[in-house]
Amino acid sequence: MDIHEYQAKEILSNFNVQTLDGKLALKTSEAVAAFNELETDVCVVKAQVHSGARGKAGGIIICKSDEEVRTASEKLLGTYLKTIQTGEQGKLIEKLYIESGCDIDREIYLAYVMDRAKQRIVIVASAEGGMSIEELAAEKPEAIKKVEIDPAVGLTGFQARELSFALDFPKEVLGKAVQLFMGCYKAMVELDMNMLEINPLVLTNDQNLVALDAKMSFDDNALFRHPEINELNDNSQKDKREVAASEHDLSYVGLDGDIGCMINGAGLAMATMDMIKYCGGEPANFLDIGGGASPERVGKAFELVLADDNVKAMLVNVYAGINRCDWIAEGLVKIIPTVDLKIPLIVRLSGTNVEEGLKIIKDSGLPIILADTLKDAAEKAVEAAKK
Amino acid sequence: MSVLLNKNTKVLVQGITGRIGNFHAEEMIAYGTNVVAGVTPGKGGTKHLDRPVFNTVKEAVDATGAEATIVFVPAVAAADGIMEAADAGIKYAVSITDGIPAHDMMRVKRYMLRYKKEEKMILTGPNCAGTITPGEAMIGIMPGHIYTSGDVGVIGRSGTLGYEAASQMKAEGIGISTSVGIGGDPINGSSHKDILELFNEDEKTKAVMLIGEIGGPQEAEAAEYVKSNMKKPVVAYIAGLTAPKGRRMGHAGAIVSGKGESAAEKVEMLKEAGIHIIPNPSEMGSKMKEVIEKHL
Repeated sequence: MDIHEYQAKEILSNFNVQTLDGKLALKTSEAVAAFNELETDVCVVKAQVHSGARGKAGGIIICKSDEEVRTASEKLLGTYLKTIQTGEQGKLIEKLYIESGCDIDREIYLAYVMDRAKQRIVIVASAEGGMSIEELAAEKPEAIKKVEIDPAVGLTGFQARELSFALDFPKEVLGKAVQLFMGCYKAMVELDMNMLEINPLVLTNDQNLVALDAKMSFDDNALFRHPEINELNDNSQKDKREVAASEHDLSYVGLDGDIGCMINGAGLAMATMDMIKYCGGEPANFLDIGGGASPERVGKAFELVLADDNVKAMLVNVYAGINRCDWIAEGLVKIIPTVDLKIPLIVRLSGTNVEEGLKIIKDSGLPIILADTLKDAAEKAVEAAKK
Repeated sequence: MSVLLNKNTKVLVQGITGRIGNFHAEEMIAYGTNVVAGVTPGKGGTKHLDRPVFNTVKEAVDATGAEATIVFVPAVAAADGIMEAADAGIKYAVSITDGIPAHDMMRVKRYMLRYKKEEKMILTGPNCAGTITPGEAMIGIMPGHIYTSGDVGVIGRSGTLGYEAASQMKAEGIGISTSVGIGGDPINGSSHKDILELFNEDEKTKAVMLIGEIGGPQEAEAAEYVKSNMKKPVVAYIAGLTAPKGRRMGHAGAIVSGKGESAAEKVEMLKEAGIHIIPNPSEMGSKMKEVIEKHL
């Protein structure tokens, strides 16, 4: 789960990481009031969307007067910010963060990531701030410093000092740097983050270290033990179909194609989508109904796939292990008469109770196209979608 | 011969009295697995499915000589259950649970380093369907009847895609020595490479099928290993050709977040290492057959 910059900064300040004064604004009048309350000559109006690269996309505007804040706010609020990370539709700007300016001596890149090769948290940092880490890795890989943290002991003092010197911080800020590196690690572990990025971290002219931006991503699997983090969830930043799916505990990812998919198991779902593509079609979605899917759950998943207007044919592919084909069939046979199905439906069932499942479908008399194999199913779906 | 598991392996079921643990313990026993005991804290001294139940894994190991375990413990406490098994001297553990926090798994991996190599437990999973040596034993939740015994080793992240592979191979008359699920989580017990090493040394296994997916470095690591060490032909399929960058495709680990993590890039790396690529998932059986006929 991702959160907004203003929320991430509030968390950071609880872990002794310095941030600038700022206020949240939902309306232009609030943005102007925030600027005045901050008593600053310069402020930055920042669009709060779940994406990086907001500056390049025009979502971050420096303002020096009421009038400039008003103009910036009116320009941003209620629009969709399209960055290199958001895709074509962009993300809705419902909130602005109005932040004081500061005098910057240097910008630093700092991130804590879960390194899957090392299976540990690794700090990735560079004195060359302001660039994305992808650009840095491509152009100046030697400028990237890495610190691998042993989960049994955590980040050690010497590692934090080494990093501070590697980033060429003046010796006056050594203590502050160590405190900041420690604070970030503590936040990451205590709150089960997958990723924490401060880009840029700045060294100010008066020798302070300030997080100018903050991005956090939390492990969905650990949210059960952080209800306060769960509350920071913002559905306006997500695909509507995905929000509806998560309400039913279904794993769904919306795509741009026209063949709706309903499959059990993430690997088989990806493979079925690959097969559709191989046969010349494009999947409209990823959907894993999971193990032990009841007829009710099947019905919900079915409705969800159909809710996408782009879907011209639907493919159900189930290889039942702990699932049961008869339950899948029962779910389909029950839901179809209630939804006025106008598109072709292709079903391939295999595994546990397959005979019972196929019998339910055949006996129902519904116009379901049955397929024997993965290939047969994908070919029939692609052909049906083209008609 | 087989890897990790055979008909004599003494197996423990952690969480045997729970709904899910009970269901799958019954299936495992029906398949012929040598399930010797169960563990449920607080139910020690009772019997379940005609097997003794113990309070702790240590007690169960002491009393029965159990060597392997399957951990049916909910995500909240699963990491603890795995560490308990490692500490009790279990040699092989399968973790089925989906949804274990990644930080918990990082701690588990670190904890397991405390044992000497010969005492170290092998873990597969979490978030997997388990391991089966067809005709002998299974530690997992798979439908055992779709597997036939033979000489192809299978390694895969996904449960149902593994079933698809097994049934395609069965249709082609190809049997399996052992099929090992390594799971779909970003931090997992054993990697593709770890299991390739076992198959490489296993006399019965003549060829290996590797079923990978988008996300993470483990397929690249496997390619490196195969290139310089593998004595047997490897056939591979990578799922997720249509997955967009930065989107999580169901599995917590199935997300393209950096260079080399997309399906296309992984296929290139595997091809480069001399691995036979399965062009689409309907050809898992036929490609394996082709490679066996040509190389064995």
